Amino acid sequence: MKSNLYFRRVAVIGAGLTLFRRRLLETPQELAWEASRKALDEAGLDLKDIDCVVIGSAPDAFDGVHMKGEYLAHGSGGIRRMVTRVFVGGATGVMVPITAWYHVASGLCQKVLAVAEEKMSPARPHPQSVFRYIWDPITEKPLNPNLIWIFAMEMHRYMYVNKISKEEIALVSVKNKRNALNNPYAQAAGNITVDDVLKSEILVWPVQLLDTSPVSDGAAAMVIVSEDIARRYTDTPVWIEGVGWALDNTEWTGRELTYPRYLEYAARMAYKMAAIERPSKEIDVIEPYDPFDYKELHHIEGLMIAKRGEAPKLLKEGVFDIDGDIPSSPSGGLLGVGNPIAAAGLMKTISIYWQLKGTAGKMQVKKPVHTGLAQAWGDLMQASTVIVMRN
Amino acid sequence: MDGTPLKEEDLKKVSTIVYKPNAKYAYSAGQAYSKFLLGLKDKKIIGRKCNKCGRVYVPPRMYCDDCFRPTDEWVEVRDEGIIETVVASFISWTRERIEKPEIVGVIRLFPSNDKDWVFPGLFHRICAEFEEVKNMSLFGKKVKAVWKDNREGSINDIECFKVIE
Repeated sequence: MKSNLYFRRVAVIGAGLTLFRRRLLETPQELAWEASRKALDEAGLDLKDIDCVVIGSAPDAFDGVHMKGEYLAHGSGGIRRMVTRVFVGGATGVMVPITAWYHVASGLCQKVLAVAEEKMSPARPHPQSVFRYIWDPITEKPLNPNLIWIFAMEMHRYMYVNKISKEEIALVSVKNKRNALNNPYAQAAGNITVDDVLKSEILVWPVQLLDTSPVSDGAAAMVIVSEDIARRYTDTPVWIEGVGWALDNTEWTGRELTYPRYLEYAARMAYKMAAIERPSKEIDVIEPYDPFDYKELHHIEGLMIAKRGEAPKLLKEGVFDIDGDIPSSPSGGLLGVGNPIAAAGLMKTISIYWQLKGTAGKMQVKKPVHTGLAQAWGDLMQASTVIVMRN
Repeated sequence: MDGTPLKEEDLKKVSTIVYKPNAKYAYSAGQAYSKFLLGLKDKKIIGRKCNKCGRVYVPPRMYCDDCFRPTDEWVEVRDEGIIETVVASFISWTRERIEKPEIVGVIRLFPSNDKDWVFPGLFHRICAEFEEVKNMSLFGKKVKAVWKDNREGSINDIECFKVIE
């Protein structure tokens, strides 16, 4: 049963992406402009029609520019308009359409341009070093941590508690990089094998090079509008039916890492809004966040699409393949398409939008799809955002 | 718009702006961490307990996240615990390759039990070999803090956690 929330229906009517690449020569503003222009073109709108702009970018430190919202505003069409910038680390990409959703659902705006941009490659010597300042300055930073440590710790705990092997996890990377071959925007597509993953450079055991997504630059944008506008501009709007978001605390050292509890909270909120009672039966296609291969499995469990510890089994049975029962990351995900953090989350939302609209081209999944889900996650294993859409 | 795949000569064409902001931070440790750091100087691991939910915070907190009320008392937990998770890093924080891997992990400190979803936990170095990380034999092992001789009230007063049984 639908919950008794009172709001206006909200639809997506256009989207645009730039290429995802390492060291693009365009500036962050130029990337944001290109994605925004493409989204407006797909929607059939012009900038003068837009009332509000939502900008998403994860930490400022990647692009090397502080106050990124203000900096990106003109490239995102934000001049002389209501502009909001949101950021919840890696979860930002899906927080952007969620924020645009409540701008419209509340009645505040009719037509919102939602833009996400990230340019990771300017950071020297390596973008991960800017993450030194994500750690607690007193109890963690003195140990000289690097960012991959926390993911490796979570991955290893997940493997230990659920008795999952590296081979089973590597299959995610194989699947997503193969799916990315169909994606014209992808940076790291390829036909690889489990063996390639296991032989790749060890970064922080158990994380190896091919277990991770690459350093990327890119931007994504969406046009999100109220029902009457959607009806006027398109015959095939895709509705945003449920949203959810939640944070856990930063004390990741004091909690069980095997299961993303905060994601379950976020997913329950989105499912309730969309009247989904049995996610594994009612959702046709998913884009769970996959900056690391184990993360996709972890998130499929947190989304309650698989039972705890059982996502690897379903993956092996082909359930999450592009022609499976619940295709997962048909776009190629972050592992295949690339990971400009905020843009990557919005890219996943856009991928679901195109799947539901039926315009995903070579990425289109084999079975007919009606309900789709995108999810993002970030910070110190802490934040999650979920969006459910229907056609 | 074209992508720009990395080529050796491309790297030479890029002009890099080297810029070092002369920005330094003097963090405030606050009431809880100050007491915690002073405790480390005396080889003690100090936490804070919420008497309403019973949770023990290590590192300590002056408030309970869940109950949203002040925590009630200082407690000393043991410098022993169980390895929750452990990894071996072959890269530095600037992503340079390092020869001897650095072994770090999370220790669930006693008193606590393995059913606890939240527990007093510390992130620290673990004195062990890569092989033991790789074969996962360290999980669930009991460890004890190895204290430095010269302690100055820092998380680094603990050298690492060592397996004791």
